[in-house]
Amino acid sequence: MNKKYIPFILIGALLVLPQLGLSSYVLHILILALMWATAGMAWNLLGGYCGQVSFGHAAFFGMGAYCAGLLAHHYDITPWLGFLVSVPVVAALALVMGFIVLRLRGPYFVLATLAIGELLRIIAENLVDLTQGNLGVLIRRTWVDKDPYYYVILALALGTYFLIQRIMASRWGYYFVAIREDQDAAESLGINTTLYKTIALAISAVITGFTGAFYMNYMGYIDPQIVFSLGDISIVMIMVVMVGGVATPLGPWVGAVIMVILAEWIRSLPVIGTGYQTLFGILLIVIIIFLPNGLVGDLPKIKRFFKKEVPA
Amino acid sequence: MWVQAEVFLQTLVSGLLLGGLYALIGIGMTLILGVMKIINLTHGQLMMVAMYLAFWLFTLFGIDPYLSLLIVPPLMFAFGMGIQKFLVNPVLRVESILPHNQVILTVGIGMVLQNLATLFFTSDYRSIPVGYASTVWYLTDLWRDSPVELSFSLPWVVSFMLAVVITLMLWFFLAKTDTGKSIRATAQDRDAAMLMGVHVGWMRVITFGLGSALVAAAGCLFIPIYYLFPALGSQFTLIAFVITILGGLGSTIGAILGGLLLGVFESMTATYVGMGWAPAGRFVVFVAALVFLPGGVASLLKRRKLGK
Repeated sequence: MNKKYIPFILIGALLVLPQLGLSSYVLHILILALMWATAGMAWNLLGGYCGQVSFGHAAFFGMGAYCAGLLAHHYDITPWLGFLVSVPVVAALALVMGFIVLRLRGPYFVLATLAIGELLRIIAENLVDLTQGNLGVLIRRTWVDKDPYYYVILALALGTYFLIQRIMASRWGYYFVAIREDQDAAESLGINTTLYKTIALAISAVITGFTGAFYMNYMGYIDPQIVFSLGDISIVMIMVVMVGGVATPLGPWVGAVIMVILAEWIRSLPVIGTGYQTLFGILLIVIIIFLPNGLVGDLPKIKRFFKKEVPA
Repeated sequence: MWVQAEVFLQTLVSGLLLGGLYALIGIGMTLILGVMKIINLTHGQLMMVAMYLAFWLFTLFGIDPYLSLLIVPPLMFAFGMGIQKFLVNPVLRVESILPHNQVILTVGIGMVLQNLATLFFTSDYRSIPVGYASTVWYLTDLWRDSPVELSFSLPWVVSFMLAVVITLMLWFFLAKTDTGKSIRATAQDRDAAMLMGVHVGWMRVITFGLGSALVAAAGCLFIPIYYLFPALGSQFTLIAFVITILGGLGSTIGAILGGLLLGVFESMTATYVGMGWAPAGRFVVFVAALVFLPGGVASLLKRRKLGK
């Protein structure tokens, strides 16, 4: 079989999947996996390809979610419009952040991203008139059925995938990788590193905002503790990429499937369930020590490991 | 007029007292950052662990939290050394695309610590009911004709004093002992230190232990005046790095000044803007430091010195 048909077969399979009469729970897991894959790809563009590790993508996720939720809540406009509204809002946040922090070297970016996520959570908790504080925002979902949501998020995921492939094959992509590999060398070749890091941040942020807006539409309820959460959003996004494979196109997809299934499975266990964060933390530590480039990135290493064991 | 001055002075005093403890947290972070060039994002969680240790020492054996200063920091020193030796050092050796793997690793450790604390100790708020918790001194007791009235809570003052003592001891260690000098040499230039015969790997292990012990000491000093819950760690990690940025990365004096500044600023926001906004004030300081003074307070000090 010709290798070039594989992508079409995969996409075709993803398209017909909901028509196979899957239970709504399985469909829910598929939707979540696709959502995390999209968010992971967004993080990967900035963290994996451009080398700027962000611990605060929950900020963009939450902004997107609140854009969608507040429109529906205050003005009774369809929450799907949140996708459009979130673009300028999230991009503005990313640009301001980028021009403040990305001109500095060193750990500033890591710290600033951490801070921005927490800051937005505190603001969302305290601006009760606008966001209802910790009460959260509740909206009516558009469809009862899960199929339409599946197709929306599938379109978003595939769109993101092709967009990022396109960017990475372009001049920008080479700039991003050059910045990650050696910022001084990149600068000396005439790349405006601050500008391109900010571009990577903005694209990554807008896509993350879309996933947030989708989350609002799909779940119908958000509160600041959920969507601006460090442990449940920002870190999970990092884990999706770390487990799957940093700076690989398919890594986030693999990571998202593994993480979502793992999370659902662990949480369903009776006693250990409450300790899922411990297990996630241990998984993260193990992955970083033994497979620092993730399952996809370290595939040769894994193959070698098994080959060494099998013969004898 | 006098009332306003009184409120202002009282806020200033409580800010400074808080800032002394913040400084202790910040020094630990900045030491680790200086020597290893990595951000320890599990710093606050280490403090949380230390606070639980002090809490259980008090509950089970009736050991006063100030006495546990002799027990908890050494334990946390060993714990920190273990983290560095068995978790961080292996990661430093592995080749990977991302340079920030160690930072992500510390986040993973922090997650584990916080979640385990929730599992074992539940997420209830706890505090140690020490007898002297509500003892207060008044300025008029000392100085009868004072125009303004200020109050000093006993545990706050004791904690502050002990923080100062610990900081002085640390200064002595770093400035006068061989190990301390080796640590500073490693922070300044790793390769040069190695050429001079400093065992850099060992210095890393000691530094991580030392940073953990310092934050553990801060935890013991905090527990008579603060409450305790598992999620408290992440809050203090944020505080620690705001201080580090404000003070200047890797600078000990900067961390002390940064801690005091942040303490004062936070208590001012709490008094004049509102309690809920105090954490947001933290980030205002952080962003302002990034925009106007990326080198931190330390860079100001350095500029002054070079000017002479």
